[in-house]
Amino acid sequence: MTDGSRKVLIDPLIDNNPVTLQVLGICSALAVTTSLLPALLMCIAMISVTTLATGTISSIRRFIPNNIRIIVQMTIIASFVILVDQLLRAYAFETSKQLSVFVGLIITNCIVLGRAEAFAMKNKPGVSMLDGLGNGLGYSLILITVATFRELLGAGSLLGYKILPLVTDGGWYPANGLMLLPPSAFFIIGLLIWAVRSWKPKQVERSEFQIHEVHRTEVL
Amino acid sequence: MPETKDKQKRSRDSVANTLTVSIVLSLVASVLVATAAISLKPIQERNEEQFRQKIILDVAGLYSPDADINELFRGIETRMVDLASGEYTDAADAGEFDAIAAAKDPLTGINIPPADDIANIKQRARVAPVYLVLDGEEVTQVILPIYGSGLWSTMFGFMSLDPDGTTIRGLRFYEHAETPGLGDQIDKSDWRAQWVGKKVFADDDQPRVEVVRGFVDQNSVDAEYQVDGLSGATLTGRGVTKLVQYWTGPHGFGPYLAKLRSEESADD
Repeated sequence: MTDGSRKVLIDPLIDNNPVTLQVLGICSALAVTTSLLPALLMCIAMISVTTLATGTISSIRRFIPNNIRIIVQMTIIASFVILVDQLLRAYAFETSKQLSVFVGLIITNCIVLGRAEAFAMKNKPGVSMLDGLGNGLGYSLILITVATFRELLGAGSLLGYKILPLVTDGGWYPANGLMLLPPSAFFIIGLLIWAVRSWKPKQVERSEFQIHEVHRTEVL
Repeated sequence: MPETKDKQKRSRDSVANTLTVSIVLSLVASVLVATAAISLKPIQERNEEQFRQKIILDVAGLYSPDADINELFRGIETRMVDLASGEYTDAADAGEFDAIAAAKDPLTGINIPPADDIANIKQRARVAPVYLVLDGEEVTQVILPIYGSGLWSTMFGFMSLDPDGTTIRGLRFYEHAETPGLGDQIDKSDWRAQWVGKKVFADDDQPRVEVVRGFVDQNSVDAEYQVDGLSGATLTGRGVTKLVQYWTGPHGFGPYLAKLRSEESADD
């Protein structure tokens, strides 16, 4: 693997993470992270869709007319999403029920369309697939981290296995119900963004405006 | 070189190419999607069936994760009931029965008059399955399929009753799209547990059981008919009340349940 393609694959994990740096794909990150299993399944679905869709779009990029390119990209993405959704319903039925509409909503996930439009339309299929894979993995990394915190602190378990014995079952850990509600995903993602940006200050954005301290005499 | 690139670009953006690309792409995409949908359908249907059986067993309190669902389900007899008369019927095959499809078909479904349509489902099938939980020869529970509109979606579930059809033994929804975190509290086990032991009918044999707003006043004489409301999900709760009352009412399983009541009192 050349340095260039390694960069394409590794960069989206931390340095250019679609969730923590670009703040995309938040909706599904809130919805499917109440426990680890649906989150893992969502990651697999997302990774396969981004990889396959960017690969396909890139390989026909020379034929795609400019004026309908977004529609073409959406059609390709949507087909793969339906394919993945059908497969999940056949082979992971009950978890796919928990994911409900969110697999379908991968179609509207900005990460997929963003990579298709920004990268796959201008690059060769191989490297585009790596880029899709990298972004899928970057998204998954955040999803799995969030889901781990939420399931562990909210239900005292991971993948359904009891880790922290709950008070309700005679243990010592009082389950934090807030962790199972959507706001907690906001807090965790916010804290993650804070942590990553403290580690890599380059990611911190310049503030768009500054609050001045105005001296009283100036107002008068 | 720039000239050829320009030419290439122009031909790519021509009307002919735009049409070709969109038609070919649509064809390929639809073939792909259709192939997947059709070839996976049998597996998906088997999953649905297993899932339905699992929910029925769960409502009956018979489900355990280790046991074989098919084996357990052998203890449950499925019968079809003619809703208008309340009699058992062989007019439809329970295995193939699809309540929604049957409701829409003018041959097997009827339109519900708006005044009776409290569950807001517009049509229903003339017949419906009931699941009899058997202990040897004796029926120990009667499980009814119920559905109706919530806030956003149609909620599908099962309700288990005592053999005399008056006391609730369990209630569970298996398909709905109510608000996550609010309306979907209907799936929570402690709320479902509240239904157990509630009386369905008032003294005048009209369905009375309901989801209240706020908490049930345990000292009230009505407490035996009432279940706590779900905070933030008033409309979902109202939907549950309406659909339970519809399916236990005169337009739903009312005649069948009346028959169960009279049979049971005749036995005494």
